Amino acid sequence: MADESKPPSPVGPTEAPAKPPAAGGGPPTPPPKPAVKVPAAPEPWSSPQLDRIHQQLPGAVTEATLFRGMPTLRVTKEFLLAVGEFLKSEEGGAYTLLTDETAVDYPKREQRFDVVYHLYSFQRNDRLRLKVAVGEAERIPSVVGVWATANWLEREVYDMFGVQYEGHPDLKRILMPDDWVGHPLRKDYDILRQDEAWVQANLKIKSAQ
Amino acid sequence: MTEATFLDANEILINMGPQHPATHGVLRVKLKLDGEKVVGSECIIGYLHRGVEKIGENRTYQQFAPYVDRMDYVAAVTNGMGYVEAVEKLLGVEVPPRAQFTRMILAELQRIASHLVWLGTHAMDMGAMTPIFYCFREREEILNIFEKYCGARLTTHAFRIGGLQYDLYDGFETEVRKFCDYFLPKVDEYERLLTTNRIWMSRTQGVGILTAEDAIALGVTGPVLRGSGVKWDVRKAQPYEAYNQVEFEVPIGEHGDTYDRYLVRMQEMRQSVRIIRQSLEKLVPGPIFGKVPKVIKPPVGDVYHSIEGPKGELGYYIVSDGSVQPYRVRVRPPSFINLQAFDRMIYGRLVADVVAVIGTIDIVLGEVDR
Repeated sequence: MADESKPPSPVGPTEAPAKPPAAGGGPPTPPPKPAVKVPAAPEPWSSPQLDRIHQQLPGAVTEATLFRGMPTLRVTKEFLLAVGEFLKSEEGGAYTLLTDETAVDYPKREQRFDVVYHLYSFQRNDRLRLKVAVGEAERIPSVVGVWATANWLEREVYDMFGVQYEGHPDLKRILMPDDWVGHPLRKDYDILRQDEAWVQANLKIKSAQ
Repeated sequence: MTEATFLDANEILINMGPQHPATHGVLRVKLKLDGEKVVGSECIIGYLHRGVEKIGENRTYQQFAPYVDRMDYVAAVTNGMGYVEAVEKLLGVEVPPRAQFTRMILAELQRIASHLVWLGTHAMDMGAMTPIFYCFREREEILNIFEKYCGARLTTHAFRIGGLQYDLYDGFETEVRKFCDYFLPKVDEYERLLTTNRIWMSRTQGVGILTAEDAIALGVTGPVLRGSGVKWDVRKAQPYEAYNQVEFEVPIGEHGDTYDRYLVRMQEMRQSVRIIRQSLEKLVPGPIFGKVPKVIKPPVGDVYHSIEGPKGELGYYIVSDGSVQPYRVRVRPPSFINLQAFDRMIYGRLVADVVAVIGTIDIVLGEVDR
């Protein structure tokens, strides 16, 4: 992987029409590269759809941003199920498909996890992202009742992050062994860390590292 | 399980896998049986868990690219394509047309190769020995093209963030055209073996039915969703690369059973050939790399990008904190989510149908477990 940075160089000559002939002097013009005209940060998002949510459920959405063509709504934990039900309904945009549910860990924040939902609407052919902050000791309502596919996805989030769901039909580990201690995708779980006791008891070796 | 049931027979619990040839890897299925009838099932997965997402957080954006090939290892090209596109979207980089069409050609070849593995093993699970030899014969031709292009046959790492590392080799176009001409009659040949074969029909028709409503509720995508009659394909709905510049059909099924999903995938292979032929026409000389800095440091933000993988919607959710390493990489694995529908599809069917249903979902455990 060390020469991963090489690829651009052999392309140099074929790239010629794009820029003025730079006299072929090897590597003299690397600085003017970052010509990224797309927005560099999320910007506020507004739409009639968002207004409808605000109207129906005042206080549910605390922030709405747009980044790379995809809107993100930050939803409070208490309103998650109501917002989910509304978005799934016809008037909310018929977001019938929960594409993905996952989490991101920010250990320094007061509520350390962001649970992230990606929704898709066949009717409108667009995607929407919901983010819900939840603390380590808090419980977040399970959306299995709204989108059945959340079952395994929430088990994975629980397994990897230790996020506690309320109302999940069968909340247990899915990828790691049932009696494993620790949640590997947390930021404070080092990449070389393992459940030594589990490894010794089950694999009969001193360490898997 | 000691509940008394029909004729006082007890329900029994049996394990299928993780070492079982028909579970396509290390899938373990706990089956609750009443005689030969399946009255409950639970998939136990994770035997192949390697923590790919954790690895991603500890590598730079470029370094992580080869790892994604190891998830769905029978479709490494499409896996890599989804990842590099997600990073490109995060960076806001445009890829030159030549690179786009090259990616499409290789990705469609990969789709065919993946479907061939599915067809061969699926048919073999149900007792048809011949198709696997035919399928692997054709797949070999595709892998040879990959090998000539990038040196690898299975875990290819064919694309780079921003474009391609290598331009196409001399004779690539001729070879791919030759393959297309050679391959289409072969699909007819597979169909002659199976489509109207009475054993095949009785093993697959009406087996593993998934209604469109259930499919959407369970988040199923790809050929399984289309087999249930939902005409949805990421390539059409939200085109990436240059899929909006080529013409192709999205085949759908009617009954949502194993047989319809079989027909859908057979049609998809033909459509892939169509896409490849059109892409070859549009392949003009030009640059193959976009304007990407050598050190990739995306702006702070997050992005979700998905492509139509051979098994369904393959998505990448990348969170950037502005450093050279992703803060979080999430893979939306189609096999994992489609496998969740297994319980619904097998309920009330016979043990013999278990292998049919596992085969028809088309899972790769490397991707299920990551």
